[in-house]
Amino acid sequence: MSQSVANHPVLDPLLAPPFPQAALPMLRNPQLRTNVAHAIDVIQAKRFRLVNEKTDWQELRDAASAIRAESLRNLGFYLVQFETQCTAAGGTVHWASDATEARQIILDLLRQENASEVIKIKTMTSAEIQLNPFLQAAGVDVFETDLAEIILQLGDDEPSHIVVPALHVNRSQVREIFARRMGLDNLSDDPQALTAAARTYLRQKFLKIPTAISGANFLIAETGSVVVVESEGNGRMCLTLPRTMITIAGIEKVLPRFQDLEVMLQVLARSATGERMNPYTSLWTGVTPGDGPQSFHVVLLDNQRSSILARPVERQTLKCIRCAACMNTCPVYRQTGGHAYGSVYPGPIGAILTPQLMQMHHAQSLPFASSLCGACYEVCPVKINIPEVLIELRSQVVNQERHQFASIFDPMFLGMKIANLLFQKAWRFHLAQRLGRIGARLFTRKDGWIHSLPSLGAKWTQTRDLRALPSQTFHEWWAARAKEAR
Amino acid sequence: MRASLFITCYNDTLFPETGRAVVSLLERLGVTPDFHPKQTCCGQMHANTGFRGEAFSQAKRFVRLYQDAETIVVPSSSCVAMIRDQYPGLFDELGNDTLRREFAALLPRVYELSEFLIDRLGVEDVGATFPHRVTYHASCHGVRALHLGDRPYRLLSKVRSLTQAPLANVDRCCGFGGTFSIKNAEVSSAMLQVKLQDVVATGAEYCTALDNSCLMHLGGAMHRQYAGIMTIHLAEILASTEASPWEATK
Repeated sequence: MSQSVANHPVLDPLLAPPFPQAALPMLRNPQLRTNVAHAIDVIQAKRFRLVNEKTDWQELRDAASAIRAESLRNLGFYLVQFETQCTAAGGTVHWASDATEARQIILDLLRQENASEVIKIKTMTSAEIQLNPFLQAAGVDVFETDLAEIILQLGDDEPSHIVVPALHVNRSQVREIFARRMGLDNLSDDPQALTAAARTYLRQKFLKIPTAISGANFLIAETGSVVVVESEGNGRMCLTLPRTMITIAGIEKVLPRFQDLEVMLQVLARSATGERMNPYTSLWTGVTPGDGPQSFHVVLLDNQRSSILARPVERQTLKCIRCAACMNTCPVYRQTGGHAYGSVYPGPIGAILTPQLMQMHHAQSLPFASSLCGACYEVCPVKINIPEVLIELRSQVVNQERHQFASIFDPMFLGMKIANLLFQKAWRFHLAQRLGRIGARLFTRKDGWIHSLPSLGAKWTQTRDLRALPSQTFHEWWAARAKEAR
Repeated sequence: MRASLFITCYNDTLFPETGRAVVSLLERLGVTPDFHPKQTCCGQMHANTGFRGEAFSQAKRFVRLYQDAETIVVPSSSCVAMIRDQYPGLFDELGNDTLRREFAALLPRVYELSEFLIDRLGVEDVGATFPHRVTYHASCHGVRALHLGDRPYRLLSKVRSLTQAPLANVDRCCGFGGTFSIKNAEVSSAMLQVKLQDVVATGAEYCTALDNSCLMHLGGAMHRQYAGIMTIHLAEILASTEASPWEATK
């Protein structure tokens, strides 16, 4: 086990190494890269087919984007409306300004219930506030009930994707984890055998543990309802058997009207799992006597969301409905998987959300972890212009660097400042071209190519050659031609 | 018609043959090319690396230099995307009304090369001959920012003796991404390798694109790996004729 602890992925932006370094072990792990590429290619193909069968897909995107934008524009109003309606239906709403507050509220609720064990429906928000280790340390045993989350929990691993958290793990690895942790030496890697093992493990938890924690896909302001969509029925179990349900949700999850689900559920299922509709959609409103949990709490989490809301370009980040289409299509994520992002939110959305949740004091390498290819924006069902936000955040990181003395020793920073001076005057640019041509001769081999460069250039030549600089630039050719013509 | 060439900084420095090909192509089609000697860079590298102020000063420079041009032709899809998608935001934040007005008047006259040929000149058959098997790499900016669609394929389909070899996963990024290829060199290289497998599988002799930055990335790796596939800007294919084949003009 010591090996798996040493390799334990770090999903805390305060502790994670910068993306380029964190990506290296992933790039050197062919099994992981094969697992990730295979899994997202399968999801992508399903999504592509189902999106293409909708003749009004672009209109649905427009509608979904408009609904989310309206929620955010009047967020305060809709949150209070949700609180009023939820409370009227017998629920209790708690407001948490940050992770510390949210964790404490949940622990206090569990203590009131004398709960020493709790079952959970998959929730990324609880991972964001690092709820599980906090509860474990406080003496509460936490049991995940989503199949992927069980694999991760039993395998001492972390989620690498927000919809398919164990996407980086393959079937034989699942078999190994289950066999070891459930004491099933003869377990086969047949999917049916694996799910049967998980089912047996889970049934005991569902029947025994009367307290559950969930996230929320949506909160409905109009009715005070909470919506959870899932594929396995574990959520439905958590919503029927336990006495107490505690839901944690980011404040941005609210939708104005019940009818908005008509649009949101269509785009979410198709974008997330490539399904026309997800298998289980659960909606509940407060408490229903004699049916389901009789004690219901919602913890509304801010954790920097209101400060993101205050910024005009970045605000669109909060439209996200966590479908993960952006990471499934991302060519960077396809190579690295999710752990390289050092955050529970990986991929393109993580690259913009995580640094903002950290108030731009940590995870500053993430906005640069993109080739700006735009594939994420193309698939986003709520039309978040992720490249635009990435560029905005990059400029904030550069503005921090401008105030740091050490930046003048950073070859990239220095190079960009010098390049700017050169581009201001054509004569400077042309002089630099001539000097560059002379300098490049030192590195040019007989085959007319540069195979190795120093400093930042070495980052290029580690895998690519560079053609020798031509003896005549275009503008020199143009001037010579004009002279001849005269 | 006069067309002012914005050749772009890296074409000027690293790929002058692309610029020469654009000149010969335009002249063959009866367009008079023009070249403003003071041009440098559109500011894309600075903007995409987070240097907004620097990008703004280059964007401003571009507008001042080209405001009197009849049409501006740019043989680089990513630079056109910079001008269309990022200049408005830069000018809103850092510019003044005059600059915004000048830019608004200028923008409709900025064309990427394939747009200029098909949308402005209305030609698909430019009279080119290129007797080779060619695969087209659709650069991200060409596909998702400029929405070039089938324009490049239509141009290629009219080139005599040319065989098109379709590229699998054509809209997947090659991993260049400007300074991304330096800042995240290892991830960029991994993306590049995946793209190369698709390029090599086409069995093409040449890989073409409307953006030399992708081609520099692909070509550099293919040279390193002795892949035996050459890279060539689409302008050079279109400039190549039976009387004056590309190999002879290079």
